Parts: sequence; C-alpha cells; structure tokens
Amino acid sequence: MSRVLEVRGLAKAFGGVRAVRGVDLDLQAGEMLALIGPNGAGKSTCFNLINGQLQPDNGSVRFLGRDVVGLPPRRIWRLGVGRTFQVAATFASMSARENVQMAFLSHHRRLRRLVGYAGDAYKQEACDLLERVEMRALADRAAGVLAYGDVKRLELAMALAHGPRLLLMDEPTAGMAPQERRSLMTLTSEIVRKEGIAVLFTEHDMDAVFSHADRIAVLDRGEKIADGRPEEVRRDSRVQASYLGSFGAQS
Amino acid sequence: MDLLLQQLLTGVASASGLFLVASGLTIIFGVTRIVNFAHGSLYMLGAYLAVSLIDLFGGGHLGFWGGVILAMLAVGLIGALFEITVLRRIYQAPELFQLLATFGLVLVVQDVTLLIWGPQDLLGPRAPGLTGATQIFGLRVPVYDLFLIAFAPLVLLVLWLLFNRTRWGILIRAATQDQQMVTALGVNQKWLFTGVFFLGAALAGLGGAIQLPKGDANLHMDLQLIAAVFVVVVVGGMGSILGAYLAALLISLIRVLLITNAQLTFGGIAAWQMELVSMFLVMALVLIARPWGLLGRREVASDQRSGTPEPRLRPADATLRIAGGLLLVVLLGLPWIVGSYFLSVATEALIFVLFAASLQFLMGVGGIISFGHAAYFGLGAYGVGLAVRHWGMSMEVALLAAPLLAGVGALVFGWFCVRLSGVYLAMLTLAFAQIAWSIAFQWIDLTGGDNGIIGIWPPDWASSVTNFYYLAGAICVIGLLCLRHLAFSPFGYTLRAGRDSPLRADALGIDVRQHRWFAFVLAGVFAGIAGGLFAYLKGSVSPETLSISLSIDALVMVLLGGVQTLTGPIFGGALYSVLKNELISLTNYWRSILGLIIVLLVVLFPQGLAGAAESLRGRLGTSR
Repeated sequence: MSRVLEVRGLAKAFGGVRAVRGVDLDLQAGEMLALIGPNGAGKSTCFNLINGQLQPDNGSVRFLGRDVVGLPPRRIWRLGVGRTFQVAATFASMSARENVQMAFLSHHRRLRRLVGYAGDAYKQEACDLLERVEMRALADRAAGVLAYGDVKRLELAMALAHGPRLLLMDEPTAGMAPQERRSLMTLTSEIVRKEGIAVLFTEHDMDAVFSHADRIAVLDRGEKIADGRPEEVRRDSRVQASYLGSFGAQS
Repeated sequence: MDLLLQQLLTGVASASGLFLVASGLTIIFGVTRIVNFAHGSLYMLGAYLAVSLIDLFGGGHLGFWGGVILAMLAVGLIGALFEITVLRRIYQAPELFQLLATFGLVLVVQDVTLLIWGPQDLLGPRAPGLTGATQIFGLRVPVYDLFLIAFAPLVLLVLWLLFNRTRWGILIRAATQDQQMVTALGVNQKWLFTGVFFLGAALAGLGGAIQLPKGDANLHMDLQLIAAVFVVVVVGGMGSILGAYLAALLISLIRVLLITNAQLTFGGIAAWQMELVSMFLVMALVLIARPWGLLGRREVASDQRSGTPEPRLRPADATLRIAGGLLLVVLLGLPWIVGSYFLSVATEALIFVLFAASLQFLMGVGGIISFGHAAYFGLGAYGVGLAVRHWGMSMEVALLAAPLLAGVGALVFGWFCVRLSGVYLAMLTLAFAQIAWSIAFQWIDLTGGDNGIIGIWPPDWASSVTNFYYLAGAICVIGLLCLRHLAFSPFGYTLRAGRDSPLRADALGIDVRQHRWFAFVLAGVFAGIAGGLFAYLKGSVSPETLSISLSIDALVMVLLGGVQTLTGPIFGGALYSVLKNELISLTNYWRSILGLIIVLLVVLFPQGLAGAAESLRGRLGTSR
C-alpha cells in the first residue's frame, strides 16, 4: 500500500490558544481514518490546515510525497484531494447534475470557455456519477431544494468527479437522521474501497466511526492521544479517561 | 515652511465639515447597515435651511447660532421622518433596494430645494464674532478656520460621550454588534433606528450649516459632497467615528496641498488636476492595504447565504423564443410606425438596454454589485470621443475604441474590486467611477473638461435617424444575445458557482477571484459598446456619461427588471429610459417624480418587479 497523506508536527495557535499541537497523521490508499475528539479538540482546525484553508505555524503536510503547505484549497484539489463540508456546500441555483458537471468542467479546465453550453458538457459522466451515489432520479432537481441527505450525496459525487486519491470529509453525517447516516457511510466506504481512495473524516457519531473506520486518531486539546485500530482505541485508557468515558461504560 | 503650516491649517479646517457629514453616515451605517445616499442631500438641506433661518432671525449671535441649531434639528427630523415612512418598511429587503430608496430621496430633495430656494447659489452669512483673521506664529489665519479646527474634535468628544456614557449610546453600540440579541433583550429596535437616523441626519445638517461662513448653499453640493463622504467613511472604516475623523483629515490635507500647489506638475500633470482623483486613489490604496478601512472591523465573510437561493436559469422555451421573434419584428418595423423623435428615443432605449444587460451580467450572474457601472459606459463614450478628437478616426474604427478603453478600465479597476466584497466592494466601484469622472472633468486638455467633446457624428451612410437606429439596434441586439449566451456558457456557470458558494467553488479548483475579474472586464466591454453608441447618438461626450446618477440609472433598470432574470434588463432598461425621456419632456420637476416612483417601487415591491410577478404567479398557481 502506498502512503497518500503524511502529516508531521502540525501546529496552529490562535492568539494564545494552541488549537493544534504537533499532530502526526498517516494515511494509506484505500484506508479510512477517523479523526475524533471532544468539542474544541482541534479536529476542524486540523482539517482546515490539511485542506489549505488555514496555514500551519509549524509542521508539514505531504500529499503523495508532495509538500502542500501554503497552497490554496483549489490547488490542493487539483492535486487530487476531494472535500466535503460539515454544512454541505453546493451550488443552490443549479440542478444536481449541473453541480456535478461543474466539477467536471473544472477538472478538465473548461471553466473559461465562452462558447458552448455548460448544460451539455460532461452530461453523461455527471449522470453516471450521480447513479453511483444513488441520485440519478434527482439529477434535474435544483440543489437548493434537495433534502439534506441528498445534498450530502451530491457533495460526495462532486468530490469524486476528478478521481481523487484522498477524500477529506468534515463531519459527513452531521445534521442527518440515523437511517440516512448509515446509508451515506456505507455508500462512501463501498466507493472508496473499490477505488482505493484514502479517506480522512471527522465525526461525532460513534456508530459511524466504529463501524466504518479502519483506524481512529483521537485528539484532545490539540494533541493526538491515540492512533490505532478501533478496538485498540476503544481499549486505550487515556482515550476512555479523556473522551470516551461514557461511551466505554455503555459498551 | 510658513506656507506649509498655513495650508495644513486650511486642510484641518475643511476636514471638519466633511467629518460631520461622514460621522452621520458612518453612525447610520454602523447600526442599520444602510448606506445613505441621501446624506449629501441632508447636508444641502442643512445649508439652505440655515441660510433662511439666519436671515429670518437676523445675523446676531443668537440669530446665527439659533439658525444653525434649528437647521440641524430640522434636518434631523426630516431624516427621522424618512426612516419612519420609507426605510422602516424595507430593512429586510436586499441592501441595493435600500440604497435606491435613499437615492430616490436625493432626487426629491433636489427638486424641493430648487422649488423653495430657486436656482441661484445663496451666499453663506458670516458668523458673528468669528470674522476676519488673526495672527498665529506670524501667520494670518481666518478666525472661523480656527473655530472649525476646534469644532470637529469637540463633536468627536460629544459623540464619544454619547456612545460610551449614556444608556442610549450603549444600546446603539449593542445593536451595532448584534441586532437580534438587542431585540431579544426587549429593546424596541424600531425607535433605536429612528433615533440613529435622527442623529445621523442632524450631523449632516449641522455640517451643511456650519460650512456656510466659508462657502454657500448651492444645488450641486449634495452629490459633490456625497462622493467625498463615501470615501471618508470607507477609508476610516465603515462604522468607525474616529476613523471618519482621521480619514477626513487625511483626505482634506491631500486635497488642500494639491490645490494650493496647483502649479506643481508630476509627469506633465498639474497638481490641481489630481485634486479630485487623489481622494479616490487614497481610498483605493487604503482598501488594498486594509480592506476594512483604517479603523473598521473586518467583516466576517460567511458562506451561509441569507434568503432564498438564486433561481435557476433555463434556456429559452418556445414562448420566449416567439416573444423574442415578435419583438425583433416590431423593432425592424419601428421606423415605419413611429416618427423620427420617437425613433431616437427608441435608439437610446436600446443602448440603455445593452448597458443594463451588462450590469445584470455582473450582478445577477457574477454576484458582483457595482455602484459605478457608468464608469465603463462613460469610458466607452470617451473612447469614441478621444479617437475622434485626437486622431480623427472614422466611426467604424472609433467604435472599436469604445470597448477597448472600457475594457482596459475594467481590467485595472476590476483588479482592485474583486479583492473586496459586500459594501466595501460597492463603494470601491463607485470610487472608481468617480476617478474616471474626475479625470474627464479636470484633465481639460485631454477631455475638454465639463464641456466634453463635441462634433461626434456618424458618417453619411449612418447619419439618418433610421439608419443609425438600425445600426445601433443591430449592435445592441447582438450584444444582448452574446450576454445571454454567456450566462449559459461554462464561464457563466463558473461565475454562478462562485456566486452560489465561494467555499465550494474553491474546493472544486475554481479561482473565484480570477473569474470575477474576467467577468468585470466582459461587463465593462459591453457597457463600453453601449457608451460608444451613445456618443454617436448624442453627437457629443460629457462627464455626465460617467456620473453617479447614470450608475444609479443602470441599477434602477436592472432592479426594475429583476436582478436574476436574463430578460429583465430588456424591460427595465426600455421602460426606465423611455419613462425618463417622457418625464423630462413633460416637466421641469421630473427628478422628484422619478425619485418618488423609485421610492414607491422599492416600498411596494421590495423584491423587484420581477420578484413581485413571480410571487403573483405563485399565488395564482396555488389558487388554481
């Protein structure tokens, strides 16, 4: 297996608050790594540092061996990193299909074309991709009126359009009903395993984490306190003490 | 050295009036988020009212200061009245509508002032006891200047006490931070806003009254001042009173230095010619270094868009194609139906439709609000004018200079503009239009100044009204079809993507800023084509083609038709330009009628005519 993402000594402070302190992460192709921790542990900051929305004070982020620190999100995307957001972001005035077509237009660098119709470009490819996220029937709905679970699927389709090697998913199931959560996570893990895509995701829903993640990294106050297979992490005393106390008692 | 000191004192004195008006504007904006275009009008009213009141009371101490204070209070009341009757109804409407409503007030105040005080400039009365000059460090300084120099910091202090030491002021500051929370705490926000409007308007009125001993009251002072005030408020940081004072000082000092050192030249350009431009250049530079102004707070850009999402764009259906075809047939047959007067009205309407469509492309498709779109229309017109005047070009070639100059202007201005968003972006677009206007107005050798360039006539083959109608009409229709197609092109979709969700667009590899810049240039090019045709229609070019009011005209046209409807500019542009033409020919007081219509439209249809039609259709649809 090849290493897709290598994070070393990642650090970021906001004023006096050291939100992330020397975090290391590794991710192989086809692997799903969950980043968990209590509120304020630094998950989102970590995410935004890797994605390029924030610049780290220290540390390195290597994607397929290439240092990506300092690159804006759009450049990181072009290298092959897909992204979904905690609050799903799509183009509300366009249909689901057009949303995916936008991703294809961008991937094929056709954004500045003044001639031709965008609605005709990569139509088949967009439909195929919507089919894979089980959205084919809703292709012509405006993204702004889709149910939230469907918007999440649409986002996933857009993130997959350029054949990414790494997918960053910030709380993929936030705001969804339990049934929807399970089906979205099952769908995601089927797709990424088939394609060998590495996934880094944060998640509050422990069901989703423990049933889908290959590995779990636990953050607490900006530091990584555990990193391992789900059962190892579940047994880790530091994790139980700092975060999973109640969860450990339940199981 | 002495000379420099004297100039500095003059600059500081003239900053005071500017600061008073700007502080009012910034206070109003800080709390209500309304950019009050009518602030210059309130300033003008303050001046006129003070002249009359002082005249009525006699020029003694009591008469003068009583007049100033009464004028201030009266203007405050007028502002509050406007807030209660109009603005209160449209706080929820898009900010552009609020701006338009205040511009409607500008037009009404212009006519009312003309009606009451007549067209003559009124010389300001002297302030009793503050006349003459005194010696300071061996310099002769007008006493009134010293008064003004001391007055502004005094007002600053009073405002500081008001906002930091009174319950009312603390509530206002709370409302500035979080309106919802203040309402949730049980404060009647309505009257808070009205009070703020009273205060802001009173400050503007005071500014107008207090400058009288140094100047006069005239009918142009409203729009002359408002541009400078916008600059001051933006440079200082929207909502910051101290920032407004610092910015007023900075701007006034630079202007005074340039005027009093008029003979100095920089690269062949005389200092006085840069006086107006300088102020906007300062603004552009400050905004590049600190996009939120000297003392303003950074506006947190959010990706969460309020209100309903923009509607989808659909390619023309059968009905629209048939309607478009019919319209074309009518346009082709028009010379047989109407006389030559109406034909030239129709030509003008077509030109404005293209102009409006280029703005709609920028605003509707690109999501970039421009308060200064006349810049590119005017640059197009001047492209033609300069080509004809300096190089004697024929129309066929000169018409190419129009989009070229406008495109270059949009390329330069756009580079700055796409770096900002929201109200700062809008103000910067306005500033750039004013830069273009100032150049046209003050660089007389090049542009003919206020007189403009005359004698721009089409060649014989296109000179008849009918032929020029066909020529201009064909170019405009082609331009419209191009703009319409652009909305459906990959580039148009890319723009809409950046408008709908900049966050997502960025995460899809789209460089939103770069595409917006490109959109700016395209919109500028099409506006330039319209401007070039306009020059040939009128036979002349004047700074009027770059003016604030033309920029506002374009906004009204777009909003009339609906920002998000591609066919909107056709209705909005045609309706507005024909209506305006008719009004001008009917009455001298066309401005106030237009202003009232704008205010009424905004109050009755806060979502635009297209939005109203949409909701009507929705209602009919559900009742069926």
